[in-house]
Amino acid sequence: MSMLRKFSTRINLNKNSKSYNATVIALLVLLLLFGVFLSISIGSTRISLSEIIRAMQQGDNTSTTYRIISYVRIPRTLAAVLAGCALSVSGAILQSVLNNSLASPSIIGVNSGAGLFTVLIAAFFPVGVYYTTIAAFVGALLAVLLVYSIAKKTGASRMAIVLSGVAVSSFIGAMTDTVLTLKPDVAIERTAFLIGGFSGITMGRLSFAGGFIVFAFVIALILSYDMNILALGDESAKSLGLNVTSLRFIFLILAAMLAGSAISFAGLLGFVGLIVPHVSRILVGYDNRILIPVSALLGSIFTLLCDLLARVLFAPFEIPVGIIMSFLGGPFFIYLLIKGRRGLLYD
Amino acid sequence: MIKLSNISAGYNKVEVIKHINIGFEEGTITSVIGKNGCGKTTLLRVASNLLKPLSGSVTIVGKEISSIPSKELARKVAFLPQIRTVPNITVNNLVMHGRYPYLDFSRTPQKKDKEIVERAIEIMGLEDIKSKNIHELSGGQRQKVYLAMVLAQDTDIIFLDEPTTYLDINHQLEILEVIKKLKMLGKTIVMVLHDLNSALSCSDRVCLMDDGEIVIYDTPQDVFESGEIDRIFKVCSSQVPIEGELTKQYVFYLK
Repeated sequence: MSMLRKFSTRINLNKNSKSYNATVIALLVLLLLFGVFLSISIGSTRISLSEIIRAMQQGDNTSTTYRIISYVRIPRTLAAVLAGCALSVSGAILQSVLNNSLASPSIIGVNSGAGLFTVLIAAFFPVGVYYTTIAAFVGALLAVLLVYSIAKKTGASRMAIVLSGVAVSSFIGAMTDTVLTLKPDVAIERTAFLIGGFSGITMGRLSFAGGFIVFAFVIALILSYDMNILALGDESAKSLGLNVTSLRFIFLILAAMLAGSAISFAGLLGFVGLIVPHVSRILVGYDNRILIPVSALLGSIFTLLCDLLARVLFAPFEIPVGIIMSFLGGPFFIYLLIKGRRGLLYD
Repeated sequence: MIKLSNISAGYNKVEVIKHINIGFEEGTITSVIGKNGCGKTTLLRVASNLLKPLSGSVTIVGKEISSIPSKELARKVAFLPQIRTVPNITVNNLVMHGRYPYLDFSRTPQKKDKEIVERAIEIMGLEDIKSKNIHELSGGQRQKVYLAMVLAQDTDIIFLDEPTTYLDINHQLEILEVIKKLKMLGKTIVMVLHDLNSALSCSDRVCLMDDGEIVIYDTPQDVFESGEIDRIFKVCSSQVPIEGELTKQYVFYLK
């Protein structure tokens, strides 16, 4: 990031100018492409760029290289990109709409809802991974709807949503623990879900969630200026003709769709949703029209990097990506807090 | 002309204002005064359709306000609340938010929008700070930026809830001058003010409220002479001539 700052100073770009924003996006796209290449190339078998291109051009299903690339590396890379993008954008939306620095998907009940449904399906309908994915998604959405309907009874203010989220999460958490107590054999799946990771991801699992992520991301981009108006506060936004209550509901659903979809195949990687929007804000400021795409790119890059480290650090053993994320992200976030960059947190 | 007829309104079905019948004339400044909690802000919120009344109706040029689509209404009526979230954006971007009701689906400001924003910044004298972040500004400057946003919204009617509260005296007077400028541009301004002298000396009409009802709605001089201000606020008052000035100032003190 400091490199980016130095670079922008050297080519004399004013922060938040169109050319600065375009430069940031271009650099992040390049970084993402490099990350995607590394993720496909590096692993137990190293595959060079020329080998990747050759294997993909030939498309020979009997070739080991082709099979590794298409059935292991690409799904995994895509999963990391999609999950990082979805969780970061979800966090950025929630922090902006709820005007709360601590907002992340977990605050509106996404994690607890997805968690309960994962455990329920493992305990009572052990039908396979594909259905677990759908169950986690449905659980996340239902929890958010419950949080919002409770908050709406008290006027759906930002604080009402946060408090209702805490109460609902606690209640759902108790339900999850009850199921775990009665059916202790599902605890292993629970642990895998809690830590999160991308091993064993298939394109089949991704396609369902991926569609939702792309859809919600596009809608979030379209509504990003309205999100800026919402940041003025309820009364000012209403006075400018914005339908505050319904728009806030739409944003909550978008955030839930994004995070719920990501959690459904990647487990709880909540931390990325908290820190990436903050870092993005330091880079490009608070305008959601640029913040949303930058959060998406940065989230994808960060998640890809963490997954790469998870695979190579102790190879041939693999550690869950959630652990790497917290080891890297935690200290980095603390560093940012102590450095106290202006504009990092909402006042 | 905006008109409130037989309005009663409040929160959680508890009436805060009642029996309200008032019309605000075009191109005038009206100050709403009264003790804390008497329903001044509630009156403004109802008049700008931010709060649905329990009974009665609000009309703009004869049209029921709640039947007007939200964006269309935002092109007629602006409301500046007293307590606001301070967004982390530049002055120029905040003033541009005033154009939101005029933007199409792409939300891209057109040349005309940019010109109106530039003009609003110029009228409020904010050219030098237009690239600054709102967080870097003083309270008085911030208030002027918000007024520029309201100006960019280009509505005929402007409601201001305590626009001078928390400001030092210099900024208070400056903001009142800005509000007079808005009137010169043909706007109808209705504002809640706590400073009685300001209310009486810069308004065309004064609306005095007590316990949710309008006590008197008249010219500042008539309201002053009615003695109702003294009765309701439990104060004594007098008019003091200012050397070299045509207008008199109003002084209030405890009995």
